[in-house]
Amino acid sequence: MMPGFWVLVRRDLQLAVREGGAIGTALGFYLIVVALMPLGLGPDLSLLSRIAAGVLWIALLLAALLSLPRIFEADYEDGALEVMATADLPLELVAAAKSLAHWISTGIPLALMAPALGILLNLDIGSTPALIGTMVAGTPAISFLGAIGAALTLKARRGGLLLALLVLPLYVPTLIFGITAINAVALGSDGFWQSFAMLVALSMGATVLGPVAAAAAVRPQLQ
Amino acid sequence: MTNQSITQKLANPTRFMGLSDQLLPWLAGASAAIIGYAMYLAFFVAPPDYQQGHTVKIMFIHVPSAWLAMMAYVLIAISSFGLLVFRHPLADVSAKAAAPIGAAFTLLALITGSLWGKPMWGTYWVWDARLTSVLLLFFLYLGLMALRSSIEDEALAAKLTAVLALVGVVLLPIIKFSVDWWNTLHQPSTGLTTTVHSSIRVPLLVSALGFSLLFFTLHLKAMRNEILRRRVKALRMAEVDRAQGSQAPVAAS
Repeated sequence: MMPGFWVLVRRDLQLAVREGGAIGTALGFYLIVVALMPLGLGPDLSLLSRIAAGVLWIALLLAALLSLPRIFEADYEDGALEVMATADLPLELVAAAKSLAHWISTGIPLALMAPALGILLNLDIGSTPALIGTMVAGTPAISFLGAIGAALTLKARRGGLLLALLVLPLYVPTLIFGITAINAVALGSDGFWQSFAMLVALSMGATVLGPVAAAAAVRPQLQ
Repeated sequence: MTNQSITQKLANPTRFMGLSDQLLPWLAGASAAIIGYAMYLAFFVAPPDYQQGHTVKIMFIHVPSAWLAMMAYVLIAISSFGLLVFRHPLADVSAKAAAPIGAAFTLLALITGSLWGKPMWGTYWVWDARLTSVLLLFFLYLGLMALRSSIEDEALAAKLTAVLALVGVVLLPIIKFSVDWWNTLHQPSTGLTTTVHSSIRVPLLVSALGFSLLFFTLHLKAMRNEILRRRVKALRMAEVDRAQGSQAPVAAS
């Protein structure tokens, strides 16, 4: 059973890389949203360093949101998802594999890019390990909960806009703990490990809830 | 045991229509009378608060609305569970009917809350933990209604909305917890939870009872409308089939 899981992960990763554009677009979107912030808020460096963690996380959520439809859409449209549903691998694990591939191909590149964008926002350089660490720990929740939204909106009209409305409220806990963890290091307050542990817990919970709910949402649409 | 047999009996929409038809006038009358009595208590009997003055009267609408905002979501979650697990024929009707009513009470709680906040806190909106979590609850309601309206196949829309409602009910406590935790970093509790004197508490309870009855009246009425709407739709489809000369039987709902 598990070989099929990893084959699916590798297939989705190859598709993400070879299709091109998908990862690059998300990174470009991330860059431009962060770059717009100082233009809107003014170039005051002390203000920017105070809001840097929040801006980096919110922009990351938006960039990841744009790529969520990719999890199921293409396979649903060309019928590959129907084949996967009839295979030995349970649909829950198919959803888990596709979410995992989304995390590796979108969550990790965005997390690795964040420190470079932090420089634009005058974020303390010393907080780079904390920044990458919290984002790598927190982004699984974005991919796995996002898979639920992607599955629910497969047949919906205006799916993209609807996806944002459905999924963004679910991201609130990740956003809160992600920002407080980074700020604990960058602004020198304590409680980094507390927030970090919560972030890991949220991601682990999401890896259970996400595939089960996403499979429950995909199944009735395959008939 | 008896509870289960009642839900089983109500699985027949015709029996449900008959029963709800008899029940509705009583429910509507009771909610009107009790809300009227609660408003009389609120405006003529309950004393103005020594700190809040007459703005405390907003509480008699605000608190029941906030309570119903949560109860409606619980009702939607139970109905969604009933649809996905037991395939109860009225479960989706109940979930669909409760969503807009719950959203309306959530909005009412937010509006009355901000009207109360203006004289008390000096601003219509503060990012208090409670306000924030009620706002997020409102977004969940909007998501449920938007998802349902954007899927054409009604049976599919029902299942997908039920999945979303159950995901929401798992995540709501976590969202609430994280928002509480987030806010305690910024400011201490605003003291909303201090004990309430009985001269205020009794009208508040009467008002909560009246508004709860109002909710059930509206919910029952909305469920009846939904069943009628589905019957009309089934009749229309049958009419179209007949006009096309096909031998499809009349869909009985």
